[in-house]
Amino acid sequence: MSRMFFDRYAAPGALLALLGVAWETCTRAFEVPPWILPAPSQIAQAAVLSGGTLPEHLRTTLIEAGVGLAIAASLGVAVALLMANSALARRVVYPLIVISQNVPLIVLAPLLVIWFGFGMLPKVLVVALVGFFPIAVGMTEALLRADPELIELVRSMGASRMQVLRTVRLPYALPAFFAGLRISASYAIFGAVIGEWVGASSGLGLFITRSQRAFRTDQVFVAVIVIAALSIALFYIVGFVARLAMPWQAATTEESS
Amino acid sequence: MTASTAEAAIALRGLRHSFAGEPPVPVLRDMTLEVPTGAFASIVGPSGCGKSTLLRILAGLVTPDGGEMQVRGSAAFMPQRDLLLPWRRAEDNAILGAVLGGVPDGEARARAQALFATFGLAGFEQAWPGQLSGGMRQRLALLRTFLTPRETLLLDEPFGALDAITRRQMQEWLQSVWLEDRRTVLLVTHDVDEALLLSDRVFIMSTRPGTIVESLDVSLARPRGTRDTTTPAFTVLKAQLLDALERGSAA
Ligand SMILES: Nc1ncnc2c1ncn2[C@@H]1O[C@H](COP(=O)(O)OP(=O)(O)OP(=O)(O)O)[C@@H](O)[C@H]1O
Ligand SMILES: [Mg+2]
Repeated sequence: MSRMFFDRYAAPGALLALLGVAWETCTRAFEVPPWILPAPSQIAQAAVLSGGTLPEHLRTTLIEAGVGLAIAASLGVAVALLMANSALARRVVYPLIVISQNVPLIVLAPLLVIWFGFGMLPKVLVVALVGFFPIAVGMTEALLRADPELIELVRSMGASRMQVLRTVRLPYALPAFFAGLRISASYAIFGAVIGEWVGASSGLGLFITRSQRAFRTDQVFVAVIVIAALSIALFYIVGFVARLAMPWQAATTEESS
Repeated sequence: MTASTAEAAIALRGLRHSFAGEPPVPVLRDMTLEVPTGAFASIVGPSGCGKSTLLRILAGLVTPDGGEMQVRGSAAFMPQRDLLLPWRRAEDNAILGAVLGGVPDGEARARAQALFATFGLAGFEQAWPGQLSGGMRQRLALLRTFLTPRETLLLDEPFGALDAITRRQMQEWLQSVWLEDRRTVLLVTHDVDEALLLSDRVFIMSTRPGTIVESLDVSLARPRGTRDTTTPAFTVLKAQLLDALERGSAA
């Protein structure tokens, strides 16, 4: 237990602290100007000082990421169900969604701003577009791959197509859904920030652009740290929900580890 | 053939089947057999002779190429692998066939709960399949099959994956469960003792393409136990069965 605690938290924490001290010492020793590389202490100070405006930006970004992710999940599941149930849909939709994934965000984000303005909508769309792909693809494949013998068994029990979907295919595809959602979640904050960075009236992306223009590199670092923390938190939340939704996996892996 | 087809639970006449391929793989040829209603019958045959294929045909999962086939009502099928749904707790697995067969959820649950102890699973109603031992998983799959509201049960090597001791226990236990239930059973097995211990009639199959080489009536008194496998009457039957198997493999 204490050994695990050390491996998991204490060791990475200590390394991080050590790097922080080295960074602080170097910036002071070589008198690096703060607009090039602020010291950790300066970043901490900036974090406290921006406490007034930052929460509002944070709220905007969180809402965009959350709503976008929810749309990505629903759309991903819907598209997966469609593609798993029809070979025609697979042939038509697959190329489309692959193409949609290959339009660079740098091109797409400004277009969305032109079409939908500076509000939250274009950012939500970026998050949804980036996020729905891993869910749709992973889940389609899992729905199709579901153990044919299990399917045969429930069919021998008289199950309809719908019942086969409910009793076998969907639960079989649940791990793939959450694996996809995890990937989408880790891109969600990033997607929202990119959207804001292109043009926004609020959000962490805007906070970064403004700070850069004012040569407030310390504030840029504050935003980067916040974004990283949010992404990690979101990643773990998805993992937590996955464990709740798939209790059989937790129950059987806990015993073997 | 003294039993009339009318009271047979399963009747096959000249059934044949091949799997598509270049050239096609003939698996069953001229299968003719009859299982009387309420009887316990077994099929014994070498590996790959088409036993599982026959059960899948009887379960309606594979359409045979030709021949006549009659299954009274329809059949509940227990496949060779236990095929429990990992995402359903034991009780939810047990009622799957019943619920899909139209039994109301509450009623199916009540019936399952009443049988958990009989099937040696008391206290494990809420366990996940991944938490059960191999023997328990097989019993749960059997319970699921028994709870499926069909007149005939098709069991494909239900104890194939178990160690010898557990297997012997399970055979005696299956006999006692069946003596209560009395539905028609068609069991596939590799185990000659198992077939003789459990069955009223044993069918012996040849190597692929499989056909019935011999049908053997076993009229030993029930319940039969491990001790019965050493009696002269049993030994005579066993010799007959092994001879038939050998003939089927030489053909
Ligand atoms: N879906 C299929 N497509 C093509 N060939 C098949 C298929 N299923 C089974 N076979 C072939 O049919 C033959 C009989 O298979 P089957 O599973 O019925 O044998 P079995 O008697 O049950 O064997 P075992 O005792 O090892 O379980 C085998 O040669 C197998 O390769
Ligand atoms: Mg088989």
